[in-house]
Parts: sequence; C-alpha cells; structure tokens
Amino acid sequence: MKLAQLAGLIRSKNAGPFILTFDIMFPDDDSYLRAKKSGALTIARFAELFRCEEKHVLFFECDNARAFKFSIPRPIVQGDLGDGDMHGGQQFIPLMDIEIP
Amino acid sequence: MDEIRYVAASGALGVGVDAEALDQSLDSAPHFIASDAGTTDAGPFALGSGTAAFPREAVKRDLTRVLVASNKADIPALIGSAGTAGGDPHVEWVLDIAREIAEENGLSLRTAVIRSEQSPDYLLELYRQGRVRALDPAPEIDETIFARSARIVGMMGVEPLQAALDAGADFVLAGRCSDPALFAALPIMRGFPAGLAWHAGKVTECGTMACEGGHGGVITATVREHEVILRPIGKGLRCTPQSIAAHSLYENAHPYLHKECSGTLDLTHSKYTAVDEASVRITGSEFIPAQDYTVKLEGAQLVGYQSIMIGGIRDPFILRRLDQWLAEVKAYIYRSVERVLALRPSDWTLTVHVYGRNAVMGALEPNASEMPHEVGIVVEATAATQELATKAAQLSRQPFLHHGAPEWTSGTTSFACLHNPAHIDRGAVYRFNLNHVAVPRTKTEMFRTEFVQLGGSR
Repeated sequence: MKLAQLAGLIRSKNAGPFILTFDIMFPDDDSYLRAKKSGALTIARFAELFRCEEKHVLFFECDNARAFKFSIPRPIVQGDLGDGDMHGGQQFIPLMDIEIP
Repeated sequence: MDEIRYVAASGALGVGVDAEALDQSLDSAPHFIASDAGTTDAGPFALGSGTAAFPREAVKRDLTRVLVASNKADIPALIGSAGTAGGDPHVEWVLDIAREIAEENGLSLRTAVIRSEQSPDYLLELYRQGRVRALDPAPEIDETIFARSARIVGMMGVEPLQAALDAGADFVLAGRCSDPALFAALPIMRGFPAGLAWHAGKVTECGTMACEGGHGGVITATVREHEVILRPIGKGLRCTPQSIAAHSLYENAHPYLHKECSGTLDLTHSKYTAVDEASVRITGSEFIPAQDYTVKLEGAQLVGYQSIMIGGIRDPFILRRLDQWLAEVKAYIYRSVERVLALRPSDWTLTVHVYGRNAVMGALEPNASEMPHEVGIVVEATAATQELATKAAQLSRQPFLHHGAPEWTSGTTSFACLHNPAHIDRGAVYRFNLNHVAVPRTKTEMFRTEFVQLGGSR
C-alpha cells in the first residue's frame, strides 16, 4: 500500500525561512503502527527522495500524535531567487508513493 | 487564583475574527484576549518593505472586534507581530488603525506600544562582542550584514509583555513577538507553570487551526497548576487529543522542543486526553530555562528590483529539447543585455520557472523528465534598479519569441506571451538574510515600550 493511502495527512511547510518540515499523520493506531513497523520511513529513504545528505535530515516518530516528522534545510531559502514555493507547502509529493508493506 | 482563562481571537489578525464566537467566549469570563498578527510565512517582502501582507480594512475589522470585546469584558488585549513583520513601520501602521478604532467606538485604551526593530549599530556592537550566534542552517554573515539589511527585528519573549501588563496596559501592541509568548505572558506572570503556559500558547496561536470539524470560531484555554484545558467555541469545532498533538508539532523543525528567549518548551512528556467531545486536557509539558537569554533575529535585505514575463510553450519540437532551448535563449539574452545595457551577467539575474515541469519543486522534482504537452513559463529579470530590470525583461521577449526549432524550415513564434506589454514590473525584491540569535546584555535592552492613550481618557 502506498503511504498516501495509509496516512490521513502528508504535508510540508516552512519551519521558518530556512527549514522545510514534513509531517505524516495517521487516522488510527493501526495504520500508524503499520507504517512504523514497516521500516519504510527512514532517514536514508528521505535523504534519497529529497536529495540531501543524511546528516541534514531530522527524523522523529511521534507516538502521541500518531505522526512522523522529517525536517531538512531548504534547498533555496524561502523567497530567494529561484524559490518556487514560498510557503513550502507542495514539497511532500515524493513521500506519497512510498510503498508500505 | 486557581486558574487563568484566555481567548485566542484569530490565527492572524486580518484573516478574520469570528465576532459571534468571540462575544460568546466572554461568558467564560476570560482574563485576556490575544491574537498574533504576523509571520514570516508570506515571505521577506513585508519585513524588507515595511508594509503589511493584509489590507488595512481587514486588520481594522479584526482589531475592532478584539478591542470592543476586551473593552466590554474589561480585560487586556494583546496583539503581537503587528503588521505582519513587527518592524517599526508595521507597529505605527497598526497603532494608527487602533487610534481610529478607539475614536470611532468610544474606547479608552491605555496602550503599551513595544517596538522591536533593531538598529544596525547596536547589532554590530553585539556582533563584535560575540553576542550574535548562528542557528542551523544559517547564511554566512560578516560585519556588513547589519548595515546592508533593509530591516532587522528581534523576536520578543514574555518579559516586555509582562512589564506592559504589570504597568496596567489595556492594550499591548507588540512588534515582532514569539507567537506563544502573547498567550504565555500573563499566565506565567500569575505564577502558573511555564511549560503548560507556553504549550497552551503554542497550540492557540494559530486560532482554531488546532481544531477539527469546522471553520471560524475562537479557541479558549484554561491554564491551571497541573493542566491546560483547550476548548473551541464555534459551530462543529472540536479539539481532540489527536488534533492538539498534531498541531503541537506544526511548523517547527523539532516536534517536541520549541526554543524561546528564556528557554525551551519541552513536549516530550506531554499527554493529551479528551475532557469531553470538544475539549482536550494537556498535562506534562515542561519548560527548561536557558542559561543565556537569546533573542531571535529576522532580517531582510534588498536583492534588487524585478520585472517578469509570463507565457507558455506548446510546440512539441521545442518541448522535447526544452532544457537546451532554454539554455540557448538565456545565453542569448545575457549577451544582448550586456551589449545594449552594459550589464554583465554578474550584474543581474535571469530566472526561469517552468510550470508543468519542475517550477514547484525545482531540483527536488522526481518527475522532471516527463514532458507535458504544454509548459507555462515565468521569466524573472532582477537587477539593481527597476529601470534596468524592466529593460532586461523587454530585451528578453524577442529571444523567447524567435528562438525556433531546427525541425521547422523557417522561423516560428515559439513563445505565447500572456500580456501586452509582456513584462510586469514587480518592484523591490528582498531576501531573508539572518537565521541568528542575539545575546543581549539585559533582557530588556532590545525592546522599547512607550505608553500612549488611545481615545479619550476614562
């Protein structure tokens, strides 16, 4: 099953002008635990999808919010020349197709 | 006092305040009303230019509702990050609106105006003393950064707000301010636990965005010795343990640690439980005091002036070699601008966004090799003056139009311009240039409080 089918919400957002943060949330414990136990969501996978070094990826499993969070430095600072997503809201798309066994 | 209650009127002053819900919230006898009015989320322009992201009418409408309600309940109102960016011109702008509101509604407001714009000389002095520290990631800076900035603000914590409330302000109008600080100031001042007070502020600063099931409304918080109760007012709105937990990690790089001037809000051990179908209890949130008092700096500097051109390409012969085609066009334009305007390529910037392909995700786009049947193109010319940017954009049109495809025997018109004139002048363009904190010598020296009377005195 693809992550977009399992999760209730996948979103990206600026965490200030220099960081992008990604939240992956689930409608119930079963789907959250399925994703967590699958081992499909890792720093390595994220770094590959978002073309950054693993050491720059923050990753958290937030049981009380049934959520995963990733954060990375913005490839282009918010609003600088070349930035095409001022609010950082449309950067989560590569996460949608992650296969969760 | 065994509890303190408050109302968060709006997620952003100017987006809307639900007057009916706000009025209803007064039944619970809140001790204050607060609303955040700013953000960096819209980009660096507000900070750089000294203007707000919302129209005056929208801010006036919302601020009227807040001030009329707080006056009716005889409780203080707090507005933070005035005018989007919280610089001095932004504060003046909101102060002027508030003065008008007070006069038109017969309000008498002893108003504390707290300014948070920083002088370049002061910051340079701190920098030379090693009192400006980089956050991660931070742009490289040197001594010239402060004078080169269009505007720099310091983000205040609870302390200046508390001093203003302590001095009897009916209305606290703050420049750049930590969003949760607006809501945490009075509870902490009255002796409630800092962890719970900051956490309540973190959840409520976006208004009812932390809720499920509806729009509009307001969110209220009750802070007690061992718990916070969050309750929305408005049709269909519900706080659930999941919605509050989820919102607690919104727009922050770390889900549990939230840095403030005086320490770190730590949500590692926070628990969220349902009180009833629409209210949630938070317990266990902690606040770890910092060794050094630090103030987050936000700065914007002028990049230049911009003129843009919007159009599209449909010709499959061009689309199948689009990258090469664009590189050729760009090279031609840089040469032409150098010839005609004597601007070297390093003196200005030509940026091309290709919609339909990778304009939204740029280098992160996983599907950039899939070419659609049509692309939209936004060309940005950025130079030191508007005149040069405009001329560079004018010189860009012909190369886009007439750079053809080798498959055709003669010249075609390759670019579908959307407008005439093809270029649109955008004016000044700014960039954020600081992700740093200042370590002031005292907690108060970066913020300046002035008391003014709005409307007639009582």
